[in-house]
Amino acid sequence: MAEMDTSSGGGHKKGPGVKKGKKLSTRVDLTPMVDLGFLLITFFMFTTTLAKPKTMEINMPFKDKNLKDEEKNKLKASAAMTILLSKNHRIYYYEGIGDDPENTPELKATTFKAKGGIRDAIIKKKEMVAGMKRAGTLTAKDEAMILIKPDTTSTYSDLVNMLDEMSINDVKVYAIIDISEIEQGFIQETESANNSQ
Amino acid sequence: MPKAKIPRKSTNIDMTAMCDVAFLLLTFFMLATKFKPEEPVVVKTPSSISEIPLPDVDIMLLTVDKTGRIFFSIDNKIKRKALIEDVNKAKNLNLSEEEMNSFAIGASIGIKFDQLKSFLHLSPLEQTEVEKSAPGIPVDSTVLSPDNELAQWIKSGRNTNPRLRICIKADGDAAYPKVQNIIKTLEGYKIFRFNLITNLKAVPEGTAAYAEKHSTASAK
Repeated sequence: MAEMDTSSGGGHKKGPGVKKGKKLSTRVDLTPMVDLGFLLITFFMFTTTLAKPKTMEINMPFKDKNLKDEEKNKLKASAAMTILLSKNHRIYYYEGIGDDPENTPELKATTFKAKGGIRDAIIKKKEMVAGMKRAGTLTAKDEAMILIKPDTTSTYSDLVNMLDEMSINDVKVYAIIDISEIEQGFIQETESANNSQ
Repeated sequence: MPKAKIPRKSTNIDMTAMCDVAFLLLTFFMLATKFKPEEPVVVKTPSSISEIPLPDVDIMLLTVDKTGRIFFSIDNKIKRKALIEDVNKAKNLNLSEEEMNSFAIGASIGIKFDQLKSFLHLSPLEQTEVEKSAPGIPVDSTVLSPDNELAQWIKSGRNTNPRLRICIKADGDAAYPKVQNIIKTLEGYKIFRFNLITNLKAVPEGTAAYAEKHSTASAK
């Protein structure tokens, strides 16, 4: 390829009196260059970040005192489901928005597992809302609404997983809301009830 | 019997082709590479199915590590200079020009204002060392609290560059109240839209998002 024929034999004979110049090989040993090339490749491969981090956009509920009452009216308890994130990645959920301290809602415990976890509960809720829309108890504008209330013992990954479930299950209306003391009480009650069993 | 003459073959292999390949790959990696940004702490972000790529410019990054320490950084050197000038004025830190330059070329910040002056005196190498054991930027659930130093950083950041997109990069194991404080602080500035940095994970089968993704893919 890039070599030149430098062998003295075999070529045509030079005429008499023509001095033979000393022929130097034009062939360069490229091995060190290749070494260097691969060294640099290795360096770049280790320092590079090919997988760019992705982001998730979230919109927090607009907090304005003038708006609050109006917003609250929009929220229909029958279309809502409240999810409480608790410690050890445990989830408690109940139907409705839990605004009645007298009437303790029934808390169901679940986890993030793919089958039989919170995802199934969300899908069920969506179906229920769709059914109620057909029956006419909810107007066509209503959507399944999920309130996410992370407890102080939950971790950030719980929140992200929960938000992710929202996009996985195509829940259009959801909000992250601070947990109330009443709901923290619910969790404690349920936990102590489970322990005594 | 005459010996059969085996022609001597040269053991030299032509390296040219290999060299070509090596440098071709090298060029590719050099052009495709983006150096890992300097990070004071190791953060393992949770995964989500979101596919929105992180923008390269105009981002304000709030890093939260496992233990809940908060680090603040913005991307552009010129903007960083403007930011530290703004902070300096607002908090009367008496930083010299040199110290402000040191901030501009530095990475993220995770220390209190009263330690900032001595911190910026250190060499970049020492700064990274200090950052590792830094306490993080103090934060509080209300914006107006004087202890909420993160609020000042965010405010100054937005003063210098109103287009800043706020990204929270938190460790999956970080306790929620820490993140909640940041969100509360942002809400105090009427910022209701921000980004959470996550890793990409596959969409689970048999869900609404999966159906949607595959219907749009087949429609194309």
